[in-house]
Amino acid sequence: MSTLAHVFEAGGLATVALGSIGAHIGGTAPPRGLWCDFPLGRPLGRPNDAEFQHRVLAHAFSLLSSPEPIVEKFAETIADDGSETMACTLPPRHDPNLHVAVDEANGLRPAYDRAVAKLGNRVGAGRTVSADDIPAAVQAFADIADGTPWKQAGVPGIPARVAQDIRGYYETAALALAEHAPSAWAGTRWFFESTEAGRTIVAARKAMADSGEKHGIWFYITPGDR
Amino acid sequence: MADADLKALTGGLELPDFETTAFTTPPPLAQATVAIVSSASLHHPDQDDFAPTDTGYRVLEAGRRDYMCGHWSPNFDATGIALDINTVFPIDRLDELAAEGTIGKVSDIHMSYAGNQFDLSGVRMDSGPAGAKLLRDHEVDVVLFTPV
Repeated sequence: MSTLAHVFEAGGLATVALGSIGAHIGGTAPPRGLWCDFPLGRPLGRPNDAEFQHRVLAHAFSLLSSPEPIVEKFAETIADDGSETMACTLPPRHDPNLHVAVDEANGLRPAYDRAVAKLGNRVGAGRTVSADDIPAAVQAFADIADGTPWKQAGVPGIPARVAQDIRGYYETAALALAEHAPSAWAGTRWFFESTEAGRTIVAARKAMADSGEKHGIWFYITPGDR
Repeated sequence: MADADLKALTGGLELPDFETTAFTTPPPLAQATVAIVSSASLHHPDQDDFAPTDTGYRVLEAGRRDYMCGHWSPNFDATGIALDINTVFPIDRLDELAAEGTIGKVSDIHMSYAGNQFDLSGVRMDSGPAGAKLLRDHEVDVVLFTPV
């Protein structure tokens, strides 16, 4: 963002850049920058909190009155301590002939559809894998976890992107199952730690790494700290 | 897994160096036309998604709300965007600021790039200047950059 701010400012536009990582926005020194120490993915801080978002914008736009380049820090911090996980009731086992993760993905489809109908589809399936094809994509990762080389497993696209669609499908469905708006990363922790599909993807990633696949093929299948 | 761990992973990234800092003095905010430029790889469903090394941009229409996130990184929370697009792209907040007169006008177009780039030369030399020109041609005065 800061790089673009330099370029746009040189193009005759006044800019204000929000930044989530202090070292980045400080190191790149945009013409006007506001470090918002919020979780990655939430640069305005809190979803569905217009008052909070307006406070962020008010501080950001106040920087336009500075006569020289300036970087400041927003006064409030939103911290993630890594502990909160979404509490969602997963569907019961339905078809014992299916892999447990595939059965789970099928069972979440009504919740996914309800969430998309209510919220729209911003981060769910559809970038590479349609919602209809999510169970088959989960099966492909299950096969990789069981030892099938990934190129023979039928992964319907670049593995990281396919995994992102599966994670998006689950996290979107979870919003219809939970009774509260989750804090940042609570949905991701739920997916990787509490669902069969999440555990299957983690296992597939490990199998790919252990078999000597290129780092770039398997590493981005999950967040980098896993 | 915690947010701080993921931020720490990016600590070793080489940051671009700018010898000078360009600086444009804006008109009074109450008279300014404001646009948002996001690095969240936002696009409308009828536009092309972003490829992994896509240094281009997508033009976002202010009157629509069907924004999809095509960012390739797994290292951000996506539920905030799913719940409220304003968490990354505060278009409703800008409409409110315009209605109360704090800003002059919300631009009829906005833009998004893909922030998951390691090689920024294409953005610096090509798509960045082109994007700035496009907004200038739409009489934008102020740009709010939002990351993901």
